Amino acid sequence: MVELTLPKNSKVGKGKHHPAPDGAKKVKTFRVYRYDPETGQNPRWDTYDVAVDQCGPMVLDAIIHIKNTMDPSLTFRRSCREGVCGSCAMNIGGRNTLACTCAWEDVPGQAIQISPLPHQPVIKDLVPDLTQFFAQYAEIEPWLHTDTPEPEKEWKQSIEDRAKLDGLYECILCACCSTSCPSYWWNPEKFMGPAALLHAYRWLIDSRDEATGERLDALEDPFKLYRCHTIMNCAQVCPKGLSPAKAIAEIKKMMAERLL
Amino acid sequence: MAGAPERPLSPHLQVWRWHVTMASSIFHRATGVALYVGALIAAGWAVALASGPLSYNAYMNFLGNPLGKLVMFGLTVSIFFHLANGVRHLIWDAGKGFDLKLADATAVAAFVFSIVAAVFIWVIGYMTGAL
Repeated sequence: MVELTLPKNSKVGKGKHHPAPDGAKKVKTFRVYRYDPETGQNPRWDTYDVAVDQCGPMVLDAIIHIKNTMDPSLTFRRSCREGVCGSCAMNIGGRNTLACTCAWEDVPGQAIQISPLPHQPVIKDLVPDLTQFFAQYAEIEPWLHTDTPEPEKEWKQSIEDRAKLDGLYECILCACCSTSCPSYWWNPEKFMGPAALLHAYRWLIDSRDEATGERLDALEDPFKLYRCHTIMNCAQVCPKGLSPAKAIAEIKKMMAERLL
Repeated sequence: MAGAPERPLSPHLQVWRWHVTMASSIFHRATGVALYVGALIAAGWAVALASGPLSYNAYMNFLGNPLGKLVMFGLTVSIFFHLANGVRHLIWDAGKGFDLKLADATAVAAFVFSIVAAVFIWVIGYMTGAL
């Protein structure tokens, strides 16, 4: 259902201000979404004047600096700090991206606003509950389906067929794309979302996979696939430069072609 | 977590910084709805025409006042935008035009085309005395 405004318990109020330490040379303001489940209060925007001359170049460096030196209660996910794990996906300056590969200098605007991935249930601060996102990934059965007996050594694939997986296999499941998609915002239970569909296509065009028909059958539904209206937010925000929008269009083409 | 309050929903439209492709998508939907209204207006025109000169004159006066003209101009923009963006959808259905720079450019082109074409039609309308 389309609900343009936030529910009552989700409206974001004004929060605390954390001033920069004395002697800070270069200061940048970060406006960060905070929610503490233990207080039962609504989320709030806290502002931090960060001495950015004392931290690294990325947004992740800045929020780790906040946690280490200004406010240890700030909660977020992070791991690899090099765009490989997908843990630190969040909304930065109005766009979903990885905090670790996004330089704070490149974010437009006076204050850098940071909130959790959009339209998700919030566990705490910048940590969303991605249970449904991963359930949808599981639903497309992301593994090789075969009927023929397993070969002695390995399933072989030509160089050309292997090349068809480029631009698909690189996905790290950070959820930037799905949570950027208005169609996914309004129908999160029924629409599979760009990430799951990109992975569906990754298996649909795998020359070794023998369940193409069944995979297409599973997506033949007014919502699961066809809620994609080519808004293209997914491709616009993908931190790995992939295009779920194109992958979805290719699935739609396969659907049409198998009727001919 | 028993007894924990229901989790809040993270902000979405409230924080989102739009891309032009998102704007063209929602404008496609909006102009599609507007064209339904336009179809009703056209049907009303046909009914008025069939009902004789009196009702036809009344209907045309209604459409000819400044507010009516504004609506008709809006519908002209709508039809051209929906047409141009519909062509984008056709190209996408063929699996092409997904390169981000190209998609941005065609979105801007659809907006520009709809306004230029609508103004062009209305200028012709005024010059030929049809309006």
